[in-house]
Parts: sequence; C-alpha cells; structure tokens
Amino acid sequence: MGTRSGLWNFGNKFFTCGIIGLYVSDRFSSVAPVRGSSMSPTLNPGTTSLMGLPIDDYVLVEKRCLQSYKFSHGDVVVFRSPSNHKESHIKRITALPGEWIGTRRSYDVVKIPEGHCWVEGDNSSSSLDSKSFGPIPLGLVQGRVTHIVWPPQRMGAVERITPQDTISSS
Amino acid sequence: MAFGYIRQFLASEAFKNTGREIRDVVPRLVKFVCFVQVTKTHLLTVALCYGPSMLPTIGLAGNNLCLAERISTRFDRIGVGDIVMVRSPEAPRKTVVKRLIATEGQSVTYVVDPKNGDRSETIVVPKGHVWVEGDNIYASRDSRNFGPVPYGLVEGRIFWRIWPPKDFGSLEQSKRKDMDS
Repeated sequence: MGTRSGLWNFGNKFFTCGIIGLYVSDRFSSVAPVRGSSMSPTLNPGTTSLMGLPIDDYVLVEKRCLQSYKFSHGDVVVFRSPSNHKESHIKRITALPGEWIGTRRSYDVVKIPEGHCWVEGDNSSSSLDSKSFGPIPLGLVQGRVTHIVWPPQRMGAVERITPQDTISSS
Repeated sequence: MAFGYIRQFLASEAFKNTGREIRDVVPRLVKFVCFVQVTKTHLLTVALCYGPSMLPTIGLAGNNLCLAERISTRFDRIGVGDIVMVRSPEAPRKTVVKRLIATEGQSVTYVVDPKNGDRSETIVVPKGHVWVEGDNIYASRDSRNFGPVPYGLVEGRIFWRIWPPKDFGSLEQSKRKDMDS
C-alpha cells in the first residue's frame, strides 16, 4: 500500500514537472545544441576542446518572438529546414520582407517576398543557407538565439551583427 | 499603528486560512494551464475556420469550429486529401486551412486562373514540400499563388467539426466523396 501511494506521488510529480517544463520550453525558452561550423566565428568556433575533441556550444533559444514574428537584421534564429522538416538549422537573418539582397556568387539581385526572410551563415564558405534554397517563410522560424550557455568559458550573449554588403531599399 | 494592525492580521486565523487556500489552489491552477497549453501545442486544438476558400466542405453555414490534431503531422501520417492547417507563408501570424493535394515528388496540374481562361500548368512538388489548395478554387489563395509550401509549416490535420451542431461529425466523409468525383 505504501509503495503504491509512493509510486503514485512520484508519478504525479514527474508528470507535473514534465508538463511545466514542456510548457516553458514551448512558450518561453529552451536550450539547443549547435552542430557544425556554419556559424563559425559566433557559434562553434572550434577553439574549445576537451582532450582534443571539440565541444559543441549549447545556446538559449528564446520563443517569445513567435507571438509577433517581428525580427530584425542580424538576429540569429533557429528554423526548420525547408527541404526536411525534421532538421533544424541556426543561421543569421540578413534581409527581411520587401528588401533586395545581392547574392555574392551570382550577380543578380533578389527581392524578398512578403512573409519571408533571407538567412545566411556567418561562415559563408561552409554553410547551407538561403544562397542555395532561396528565401524561407518566417513561419519556419522556431526561435531566436540569445545566449550561449555552455561551455562555461564561452558563456555570454550572442550579438546582433548587421552585415555590410546588402543592398537594401523599401 | 498600521504596523500593529498588519501584525495582528498576519497572526490571525483568517490569514492562515487564506494562505493555505492559496497554497492549495495556485499549483493546481498552474498545472491545469500548463496541461491545456501542452495539449494544444502537441495533441489537439480547436480551430475556428472562416472565409470562402474551403466551400463547400467548411463554411457553408457560416463559421465552423473544428478539432485539429497535431500527431499525424509530427509522425508524417498526412496523406493526400487531408484538410490541413498551414501557417501562411505570406503572413506568418495567420494560419490557413486548405486541402492537401500532393506531397513531395508528385506532379500536380492546376488551373492558373480559373476565373478567366483554363490555362493549366504542371509542376513537380520539390523535396520536403506539399501542395495545398482550397476546395473553392475561385476564391482561394493557396499554392497556386505562393507555390509549394515547406512541410514544416503544416501545423495540424482537421478531422472533426463541432460547430454548428447539425454538422457535428467527422470530416473524412467529405474527403471520400471528393476523391470519388
């Protein structure tokens, strides 16, 4: 009898914690690991290592911005890949709806359609971004990266950098 | 003087009782709110469907209240002919309700402008995208305007109508009828 009520208590507490945690991570903020070097100077610079193995950065993803979908230039965002919905990517927004962007490789200028944005990695040499799949709908954005939380020596805010080489007009 | 009153109040039985009640009610309330929100984001939600784009399936008798489930989207169980909720690619704060016409790799033929002329085009839906159209092709803004939609924007499948009460029931029926005709 005692073990059963103990089990019930434990289950109840577990369920409560899970549900509150899920709610907070859906609505307010969550922690996500960063894989790959496409955002290299900002995230995963490859300088931190543990016995020769590089450690991935863990970042804090803020989700309050999903209430209004208002982003600004230079925000680092997490979004679902447009070609595979199970993957998420972290990139920097470089252009917002209604603006023109010049791609570096081909010399044409693209206008961002309404409700879309242009995302690019900081490490342009090894990054799969809007240069290969074009502008992405803002609805795919899952959150905005605000801080690095792990490893401890790299803890700090992620800055909003505005790139220089965009052509913008209304 | 006021301080004394407060101290008296803090020591009184009434305060202790309210304190106990608050301690009892607040966690339950928090738990309930969290439970509702988590259910809404991961399992089941209620959607208010309006507008002419899904006539005659939805909206024949004014606005409809429908149930949408989010499980089949998560596990890739969405099939051709399902009514889906899609976050609009043009306005990310809006969600639109359309019918899924084709999934990735399938080719789709559509009439470009059904009001004037019947010029039609055929495209193949790219990888990871879906093609959505309204049932009422004359008054619907869908994939014919904004092209194939990434699967990540599909938010749920509408399966049950709960309002108005006379149409209470599953929406699968309409799907089968559509596929036959």
